[in-house]
Amino acid sequence: MTDSSEPLLRIESLHKRFDDNIVLAGASLDVPRGSLVTVLGRSGTGKSVLLKCLAGIVTPDAGRIRFDGKDLDASTRADFRRRCSFLFQSNALFDSLTALENVALPLEQTTNLSDAEIRVQSLEALKQLELDAHHDRYPSQLSGGMQKRLALARAIVTKPELVLFDEPTAGLDPLRRNAVFTMILKYQRQFRFTAVVVTHDLDEALIASDRVALLDSGKMLFEGAPTAFTTSTDPVVSSFRDSAAALRESVAALRQTSAAS
Amino acid sequence: MKPTKLELLAGLFVAIGIAAIAWLTIQLGAGALVGGDTYVIEARFTNTSGLSKGGNVVVAGVPVGRVESIRVDPADFTAIVSLRVLSHLKLPTDTIASIKTTGLIGDKFIAIAPGADETNLKPGDRIVDTESSVDLESLIGKMAFGSVDKGAESEPQQAPASPP
Amino acid sequence: MLATLGRPFLRLLGGMGRMACFTVRSFAAVPKTRRLPRRLLRAIFEQGTRCLPVILIVGIFTGLVLGLQGHYVLNRFGSESLLGALVSLSLVRELGPVLAALMLVGQAGSALAAEIGIQRNSEQIAALETMGVSSEGYLVTPRLLAALIVFPMQTALFVLIGLYGGYLSGSAMLGLEPGVYWSAVEKAVEARDLTECFVKAGTFGLITIAMCSYQGFYAHLGHGTGARAVSAATTRAVVLSCVLVLALDDVITSFLLHR
Repeated sequence: MTDSSEPLLRIESLHKRFDDNIVLAGASLDVPRGSLVTVLGRSGTGKSVLLKCLAGIVTPDAGRIRFDGKDLDASTRADFRRRCSFLFQSNALFDSLTALENVALPLEQTTNLSDAEIRVQSLEALKQLELDAHHDRYPSQLSGGMQKRLALARAIVTKPELVLFDEPTAGLDPLRRNAVFTMILKYQRQFRFTAVVVTHDLDEALIASDRVALLDSGKMLFEGAPTAFTTSTDPVVSSFRDSAAALRESVAALRQTSAAS
Repeated sequence: MKPTKLELLAGLFVAIGIAAIAWLTIQLGAGALVGGDTYVIEARFTNTSGLSKGGNVVVAGVPVGRVESIRVDPADFTAIVSLRVLSHLKLPTDTIASIKTTGLIGDKFIAIAPGADETNLKPGDRIVDTESSVDLESLIGKMAFGSVDKGAESEPQQAPASPP
Repeated sequence: MLATLGRPFLRLLGGMGRMACFTVRSFAAVPKTRRLPRRLLRAIFEQGTRCLPVILIVGIFTGLVLGLQGHYVLNRFGSESLLGALVSLSLVRELGPVLAALMLVGQAGSALAAEIGIQRNSEQIAALETMGVSSEGYLVTPRLLAALIVFPMQTALFVLIGLYGGYLSGSAMLGLEPGVYWSAVEKAVEARDLTECFVKAGTFGLITIAMCSYQGFYAHLGHGTGARAVSAATTRAVVLSCVLVLALDDVITSFLLHR
């Protein structure tokens, strides 16, 4: 909140409930232009729902989303979609289209470019993610990491200002987690987009992001620089941060009881 | 641009499909679609049993029209049949219309025997000289009871039954 | 009592409304959808070229059996000359549109429902929406337009091959004079029979492809999740499409016959 100008994206007290299950209860977040903001939180705390509200897949019950100084509503949604890309946790690649066709699809369906131009731009995007050698393969013929890169290629081919990442590292081993974060950081610098990453990988998030936010029980409990996060004394923040220490303690306690019996 | 395999196959299907539709409409539906202008005349029959809407109208064995509608005249309970015939066919006023059958129990059709009058029938005019359809059952019944003369009179060519 | 009856009824009503909105949205997406001809071509290939073999095979057997049965029945009355009329009118008015539609539901409709269902399941539909692409426009509109073109064509092909099948069994096998058969065919079929035929084919195409797309598109709202939701959606799509075809056939026939 040190910025005097309004951030690229501002979420104000978003509410969402599914039947009796309250997922978001007034979540707010500021995403400054050009930054990489990570939203942390335990599984099932509504991180993905928050992102899907942004992407327009889920309609929030109450609250405001402001993008580039304008309220996001039915009239500005189309403009927002042109300038924003969404990376699904499952990648959501079109499995009956080749890698090249996957990347070309958003251009084909939302721009008036000629076929030749689309091909050039799509190949360029694939090349930047080192996938140009595999342009005629189908997503199922690519490895998990390559699929992730392909999804990112599809996301950046429209030259978005904002890219939303839904759990890009879910289910990956630590080495690949690092690789994915490196990839996000690298291309974020290269293409200068603003990134919002939802994850529960604390360590990587603290290293890579400019700002971190902690979502718990539908509210943003913490929002600030990674350094502030590591020194915060908030009980929820510290419990999330020190989960490894807590694990160490409980393991030690279990060992003691089993040794005593 | 060279067409892809998909484009070729889809195009092939469309070509075959259009050909099939065209053939169906021209070859089978032709009776009403093609054939040029028509006009309607009427004919009064005492009995039209077996004749149906859409039946053929022929002159000298050549189809020249269709039965447009069949209705009952409420004044005298005779049947009024509307015939749609090709307009280049000018029929004299003393034309005879008769209901005939293909085969023994085949389709009923209307045979028109043009007369020799100077004046022609205008659209909407009525043919007064008609021969109604033969009621086959009553004909057989009469034959069985030995009095076929009346039935034979009304349809001399079709049922040349000689009295036993 | 009222609740047990009322709830399924309300659900049915809601489903019908949603499907109607879905179909209208798909047609409304025509001007907004880019590169529609390309998608349309693909849909014509799926419903047309790919289903052609099954249409031809079922068509010829239908014609063959109509010829045999018709000849058997008409022979009793000595009216084999009417075989052409029997075969052609049965095919043009009823069997052509209905059987072609059922075959197309079985081959193209089920595949369509499953494909869209899987795309819903793997968030591909959500991905399209986040790209600002109308998912109905991209996935459904070309299929609906293709159905309006393809179903009448397939029906015409079905009728033609069926007529040939009737000729094979009636004339080639049972010895009816070919000229008698074909002239009866030509005499019997009228323009309004063909109108009925194509009205039916177009209606069936629209309603079945809309139903199959709809079931796939909303696969996640049905019973179960994941693969089971897709399989349930495909089953519903095929069963409901077939029921709709037969019910609508009855409705259209009674409307057109009493005109």
